[in-house]
Amino acid sequence: MASVGSDPRTEPGLGTSAVKVLIAGGFGVGKTTMVASVSEVAPLRTEERISDMGGKVDDLGGVEGKNTTTVALDFGRITINESLILYLFGTPGQERFWFMWDELSLGALGAVVLADTRRLDRCFAAVDYFERRQIPFVLAVNNFFGEQRYTVDEVRDAADLDSNVPIMQCDVRQRESSKVVLSTLLEHLMTMAAQR
Amino acid sequence: MKHGRESWYDDEAGPLVRPYTVTRGRTRSGHGLDLDMITLVVSNASGHTVVDPEYAQILRMCRYPLSIAEVSAKLGLPLAVIKILIADLIEDGLLIFRSPPSPLDTETPDMDILQAVLDGIRRL
Repeated sequence: MASVGSDPRTEPGLGTSAVKVLIAGGFGVGKTTMVASVSEVAPLRTEERISDMGGKVDDLGGVEGKNTTTVALDFGRITINESLILYLFGTPGQERFWFMWDELSLGALGAVVLADTRRLDRCFAAVDYFERRQIPFVLAVNNFFGEQRYTVDEVRDAADLDSNVPIMQCDVRQRESSKVVLSTLLEHLMTMAAQR
Repeated sequence: MKHGRESWYDDEAGPLVRPYTVTRGRTRSGHGLDLDMITLVVSNASGHTVVDPEYAQILRMCRYPLSIAEVSAKLGLPLAVIKILIADLIEDGLLIFRSPPSPLDTETPDMDILQAVLDGIRRL
């Protein structure tokens, strides 16, 4: 952490900027485990209060009389260099909190969708979400539950993924494996950016 | 024991939640700043002392750039509350902030940033 940022008193402004990548997928698929495996700090948790009427917003006025729920977001941090910080945000797994994804996904570089082949259908909604918003993503099939029921090609077919979306097996408990997933995402983002 | 302990307020009183006493009841910042979860803030050490403990804590922890999400996590206060407090500190010139570029401004991500992130991940 000490490497981040020079003494602000000597700086005319804030010379550091931040970017974020989302880690999405169904409940219990390993999102926070992946964040923990690469983050330089233990995953942090922040909370947003939202009303069950479907509006998270910063405006908390009017929460009276509505039921509010707290949604927890786990995230980690990687200091890329002295002027750039990458944040990894695990998305809330419960589908009813998805309206919160809009703020989360705003400005995100891209996303990793984690899939568990025992419950493959749980990743479909995340795949749909990013496809519809044209947010680039990779699909990572997490095998830390030990069994590999399907090949990546079978998963690609089942999720009806475009042929250009990278898909890979991984074990997100392993730092090296999570690094490969993130590197694949960044390479994919660069390919997409070069095509525009 | 139908009502073991009557409270002195009822639902009409609105949310009496401690985090919002920190903001003195304000539920939104009046400063109109565009603050994101990954907006970075850093103290602008000017020698100005702040008495309120939450403000002072934020200034202490922001000697190095931190995102609003990190400040929220470290103080255990919801994002919406932290945004109000941080907006106050920015308004008073005690914090400098930098929001990520608006996605509307940048249709394509900056190739240099993507390359830097890729390099950073490979170095981990």
